[in-house]
Amino acid sequence: MSNTVIEFNNLGHAYRPGEWVFQNYSAAIQQGSIFALLGPNGCGKTTLLKVLLGALKPSTGSVVMDGRSAFVPQLFQVTFDYSVLDMVLMGRARQVGLFSQPSVEDEEAAMASLDRFGIAHFARHPFHELSGGERQLVIFARALVSDAEILILDEPTSALDLKNQIVVLDWITRLSHQDGLTILFTTHHPHHALAVADNALLMLGGSNLVSGKAGDVLSEENLRALYGVDLKLLAFEHKGHSHETLVPVLPYASRARQQAR
Amino acid sequence: MTGMSLPITTQDSNLKQGGSAAQTPRMLIPHKYAWTAPFLLAAALLLAIVASLCVGAYPMTPFHAARVLLHLLWPFGHGLAQFNLKEITVMKIIRPPRVLLAALAGMGLGISGTALQGMMRNPLVGPDIVGVTSGAAFGGVVAITLDLPPAGIIVLAFVGGLLAMACTFGLAKLAHGGNNSMILILAGVFIGALFLALVGLVEFYGNVFRIRDWIIGSFVNADWTKVASIAIPTLFGGAVLMALRWRMNLLSLGDMDAKQLGVNVSVLRWTVIAVVSLIVSAQVAVSGIVAWVGLVIPHCARMLVGPDHRRLLPTAGLMGALFVLGLDDLTRSIVHGGLPVGSLTAIVGTPTVCFLLWKSQGKGWGRE
Repeated sequence: MSNTVIEFNNLGHAYRPGEWVFQNYSAAIQQGSIFALLGPNGCGKTTLLKVLLGALKPSTGSVVMDGRSAFVPQLFQVTFDYSVLDMVLMGRARQVGLFSQPSVEDEEAAMASLDRFGIAHFARHPFHELSGGERQLVIFARALVSDAEILILDEPTSALDLKNQIVVLDWITRLSHQDGLTILFTTHHPHHALAVADNALLMLGGSNLVSGKAGDVLSEENLRALYGVDLKLLAFEHKGHSHETLVPVLPYASRARQQAR
Repeated sequence: MTGMSLPITTQDSNLKQGGSAAQTPRMLIPHKYAWTAPFLLAAALLLAIVASLCVGAYPMTPFHAARVLLHLLWPFGHGLAQFNLKEITVMKIIRPPRVLLAALAGMGLGISGTALQGMMRNPLVGPDIVGVTSGAAFGGVVAITLDLPPAGIIVLAFVGGLLAMACTFGLAKLAHGGNNSMILILAGVFIGALFLALVGLVEFYGNVFRIRDWIIGSFVNADWTKVASIAIPTLFGGAVLMALRWRMNLLSLGDMDAKQLGVNVSVLRWTVIAVVSLIVSAQVAVSGIVAWVGLVIPHCARMLVGPDHRRLLPTAGLMGALFVLGLDDLTRSIVHGGLPVGSLTAIVGTPTVCFLLWKSQGKGWGRE
């Protein structure tokens, strides 16, 4: 757990000179850990991910990524009507030669990966007809079959219903704990980060950030500073396990409900 | 008031338990015979070639055509005397090169259109849309005006096609839309219009009748030199694209995703651009502009075998060959010598694209 697989130092990016999206960001992510990136809309979460993935060149600083990475974008759309199996098979690109076609072994690996996520029965179905949660699992299956060591997810639960949010968060934890994958994800849900992340980084704008253990960073004060709203940290027991979660406080709605009662 | 509580199970994340997938019946991809389609189409193409040798101003039965052809091919035979001069001329000089030329042109356009649509992630793309056809036509008319030999026409057509594609991608990149298929298409339309204007300009100052006859798209003056001129680039380019056919699937996911999967996107893209330019330029050089084939045929092939380029590319090549060959046979049957097939492909292609556009609403066209 002590090997650093992603490290960035004094990282900054500006689309136009002087207009910094973020500046002087530094952090180190350990192998097999889950790292959450949080910040309000427009703070540059996706830009930071693109810089880390090499899709954008940083204006300042450096990024070191030690391992094969797979990216799961926020909304995964495909132009053509590929089957689920075709989509997962594409994860074998590094194993298949430039002028070669995927072998039977590659197809078996893809099917095994789909089976692992419990969606092998969708193998011959069109990818674009699946629900958002199912698509996320297909992309997870593709990442797994590609032998990726680092999984980078851009708001993986943003378009999902509650059950699928839990399914995806559950798999994020499993892939980290059981497969040793390093996972970096952005989220708008502090309680998701608190539930699954080992470490978190709050993007407060400019060169301001708070980074560290998720339990320490995701405090009521820090989140108030990040979002400008109040959140309450709640601790409770459920089936013999202790849990913590963050609940937003809605000032007007709370007063209105109390008056109604 | 007590709120209703909904039980949430987190122990098993298998979506079979309660996800929408278990409840919503879904249609399986209707490509049951996808793997057999290319073989059936190959057989159909062979039959079509035989049939094409028989139709025209001087019709023959397949048996008689085969007999003439066998006697012509057999170097030690002395039985040619039993056939009249018309039969020998038709089977030696006129029909075989024309049939092969039409089939190779259609094959090249079908493959090129499919590769372009996959690469640009847009099913509304074809060689004529992104400017490569106009660029090749410009190179061709310059070569004709300069009285260059057939090889010179091909070389200048290739340079023109490649230049047009480079301009299209360069313009899209300048507009910060190198990865946006709509910007690429718009850039292609602009560049195509520019090269067509240049064609008009050269036509104005050059041999207008010769250029017009060439550019309108026809196989009337087919000969064995033209067959060789189109066969070598088409078969070579087709072989390269066939070898890369699975990589085309990866390219169609978009730059960022393909890069993350380990694909060298720029090398692969420029390889496809160069190969497509070569194939289309060879076609334009020997038979002028044969429009719409590269746009329509990939759609029909996709409806038959699905979007996987491993099956789609050979299917589109064979369907393209059948389509152009069939239309050329039709023109030969209607008018002595044949109408310009380029006009006919546009007349048939336009309503076909309109129909496909209407039919495919909500099935994914234009998704980014």
